[in-house]
Amino acid sequence: MPVSSRLVALIVPFVVIAIFWLMARREAQRSQDPTRKSYFERNGTTLGIVFILLVAFWTLFLVVLPYLYMVVESFHPTLPPPKRGGPEDVLTLAQYKSLVVLPTGGTNVTHMGAFVFSIVASIAVTALNFAICYPLAYYMAQAGSAQKVRLVMLGLIVPYWVNEILRAFSLRLLLASKGLINQALMAIGLTDAPIDFLGNNVGLYVGLSYAYLLIMIFPLYNAIESLDKNQIEAARDLGAPWWRIHWDVVIPYAKPGIASGCTMVFMLCAGSLAAPLFLGGPRTLWFTSVIYNFFFQAFNWPRGAAYSFILLIACIALVMLMLRLFKVSLGETIK
Amino acid sequence: MSAGVELDHVTVRFGDFTAVDSATLDIRGGEFFSFLGPSGCGKTTILRTVSGFLNPSEGAVRIGGKDMAGIGPNKRPTALIFQNLALFPLMSVAENITYGLRVQGIDKATRQKKADELLALIALKGQGNKLVSELSGGQKQRVAIARALCVQPKVLLLDEPLSALDLKLRQHMRNELRTIQRMVGITFIYITHDQGEALTMSDRIAVMSDGVIQQVGDGKAVYDEPATAFVASFVGENNPFAGTVVQADPSFALVETQFGRLLGRNPHGLEQGARAILFVRPESFQLAAGAAETTLSSTVKSVAFEGNMTHVFLEGAGKKDITVTVGRHAATRIPEQGETAAISYDPALGLALPEGKLARE
Amino acid sequence: MKSAWVLRGMIGFYIFLFFLYLFGPLMVMGITAFNTPAYPQAWPFEEFTLDWFVKLWNHRAMMEGLQNSIIIGLGVVALSVPAGLAASIIMSQIYHRARSLYYLVTISPLLTPGVIIGISTVIFWKDVLSVTEFTKATFYDGMILAVFGQSSFISAYCLLIFMARLTRFDRAQEEAALDLGASYPQVFWHILLPFLKPAIVSAVVIAFLSSFENYNTTTFAILADKTLVTVLAGEVRQGTTPALSALAVIIIGISLVGALVYEVLKRREQARTVRAQRAAILAERVEAEAAA
Repeated sequence: MPVSSRLVALIVPFVVIAIFWLMARREAQRSQDPTRKSYFERNGTTLGIVFILLVAFWTLFLVVLPYLYMVVESFHPTLPPPKRGGPEDVLTLAQYKSLVVLPTGGTNVTHMGAFVFSIVASIAVTALNFAICYPLAYYMAQAGSAQKVRLVMLGLIVPYWVNEILRAFSLRLLLASKGLINQALMAIGLTDAPIDFLGNNVGLYVGLSYAYLLIMIFPLYNAIESLDKNQIEAARDLGAPWWRIHWDVVIPYAKPGIASGCTMVFMLCAGSLAAPLFLGGPRTLWFTSVIYNFFFQAFNWPRGAAYSFILLIACIALVMLMLRLFKVSLGETIK
Repeated sequence: MSAGVELDHVTVRFGDFTAVDSATLDIRGGEFFSFLGPSGCGKTTILRTVSGFLNPSEGAVRIGGKDMAGIGPNKRPTALIFQNLALFPLMSVAENITYGLRVQGIDKATRQKKADELLALIALKGQGNKLVSELSGGQKQRVAIARALCVQPKVLLLDEPLSALDLKLRQHMRNELRTIQRMVGITFIYITHDQGEALTMSDRIAVMSDGVIQQVGDGKAVYDEPATAFVASFVGENNPFAGTVVQADPSFALVETQFGRLLGRNPHGLEQGARAILFVRPESFQLAAGAAETTLSSTVKSVAFEGNMTHVFLEGAGKKDITVTVGRHAATRIPEQGETAAISYDPALGLALPEGKLARE
Repeated sequence: MKSAWVLRGMIGFYIFLFFLYLFGPLMVMGITAFNTPAYPQAWPFEEFTLDWFVKLWNHRAMMEGLQNSIIIGLGVVALSVPAGLAASIIMSQIYHRARSLYYLVTISPLLTPGVIIGISTVIFWKDVLSVTEFTKATFYDGMILAVFGQSSFISAYCLLIFMARLTRFDRAQEEAALDLGASYPQVFWHILLPFLKPAIVSAVVIAFLSSFENYNTTTFAILADKTLVTVLAGEVRQGTTPALSALAVIIIGISLVGALVYEVLKRREQARTVRAQRAAILAERVEAEAAA
């Protein structure tokens, strides 16, 4: 039985491919396009096969099958390797239940807390980043000269060539109790004892915001840039105050870019590992850290898989909800 | 080497839309043949069907007597000059010209020789190493022609290649195209919406509208003996007067219009009671009264002096506009704005055709 | 008049704050790389030293990690760029509904947290490669899994880059080549690929950098092996040393050089375009005179 559940997972993608192939064929015939050429006619046999193999390897072996296996794994009990595939290896919901209920019977406050905290904090950081980035994106897109914009662009990109870990490290140097900021605060006499920025999660929020500034600013910039300057002028001529211009003209126009930036930042925050690991307080538990621990400390893969799946579903659900609220399609968001 | 092109009841459909409806036509080898029509009439579709980018939904295309069904564009003895020229921006001028040889696997030295030959022909000698982006509009045009001729096609297809040029250059290129065609002696099929281009260059013209070939003939025939109301109104200026035939014989018909009864030739043998449009070209009118059934009364709306001729725009019964063109030599006094004027024409220059769609102004 | 001045001042101040936020931490870190105390310290600046760079150079694990990172990066480039290119070409040849299904599958790795991609890669390949002892011993390897896991989403980046470029492709180019007798594969090699070259260059650069920087996916997929980033992460967790600051200084230095090279190349390209335009205008003028 347990072996077959993994086998089934192996078959699913081929069913998907068959459906995809039938769909593509039927639509090609339906379109009645007299320019239509068959796939191999258009690409040549060799190239055609190479393309298909590459895409098939990627989509099947690197995307679809790993996801399916992870999901299947999450419905299995935690067993030592020799017992895998044995009679005890049956499908079960135990891993999912364990997020809510402890083995002792109590509520799993720690993990549920981590889950809720991760999601809420990610939303907060997303909102914060939007607030920080919007003015600059607007300035770059509408007010700045081409020369200045290129300079600003360069200034934005260069820090991002430094990887996430080192950026987190740099913030830690700043925010630590012996860090520059505490040194400065104590020197001016604002505080006697160092403030524990890392312990009270200020470091975490700053780290997340800092890590994904660029992810927010570029979609915003791209969206606002294509807005016709005359529209803003027209609104100004009509006597609209500046906040009305943004609320009525710029933001509705830039909606796809805003949705895109917010989606990406939220997803990255919720799935972030480095910032919570290095900047989070000792009592703070990020949901990805919980997953990380299941893999590396408890060696409990099924449970880690189940938690991963829950995180994925929650993120997708939230993003879909946001896109619904914004009334933008997924296609507009990822470009 | 040239080859004729035969269209045998060619129909092309895009979904529900019929772009070309049963086109049947025989283009002779070595002919300069034009398809003339407004945009969306199906002329480009025909061209793409001949070159092999489109498969006809029905019917057959034959080149040099050979059925082209199942033969791709890269295997046909045709070369196409695109509307935007489609020169390869990343290749030099010489590489562009000899691309057709490169794909045949012909060696570099031969290609270089051929490139020099063709560069001389198009007056771009020694400029083979330039980039396409360094050329002027006319030069690009000529490179596109050389690139097409390089593969020694039997039929050259041209899709409005002059439309991007300015007027002076366009007229200059017309002569050049005609000269090249005579020199290489292959069949040219030319697509245009510009009647001037079609009339000056072509041996024969096919006038198209809404996917249907309206008439095939030389320039004179298309102008003087239009077969349908569409051709009459599309080729050259024309004044249409719609009405009903009240009296007819094999050579003439009398049409009851809002200006009264007007007389014109009757090549289609229209019979009494038939709906008809009587066409009189602006240059066929004279600014004087004539016989009752060829005279119209009207008011002058405006006068436009154009050097060698003068256009008089008149307004007749029911606010109908009439254009009259008077040559310079005419001793006639040009009436002034607001004057009433009687105008008339020679009945042999009036033409009664069955009612049909007119070309949009 | 005065309010405009105030507004400009405010904008300037805001931009200053923004870049202070962006660069401040990096600059502080940069200073600590040259300061003697073993605990990274920017102020007070005790004495200038390059010791931390030497320490970095002698850090065995980090150097091994760097080597692995480069190998993995090259592997990812070799896999993701062709996969993204192939995927973009197939994308341009299919119709609406099939297209949206295909799009969803190919883009989904971008909407999946990297942690999950890493975990799923390990779970799947462990199962598949455990089929025989031989495959398990040969291919169940951190380096290979890291390439697979990273390629999962980096291929999607490449796909997006190629799609953006392909939308600007003039179909008439393809038709012109065909019309001159080229076969479809020849069109691909002679026309489409040269057209895509700038996109290929960006895809290679972005694929390599994304691979090099990746932590979330790699930390799982790398198994017992290590990359520069995972070594770094370990170091940062254990404590702090100015050697890390030294590494950051080197990376920033390389980035600046890279940015500079890019700028120079771009300027040159622009100059070339301008020259071509000037030549075309000149030719145009000559021609107009000849026609008149």
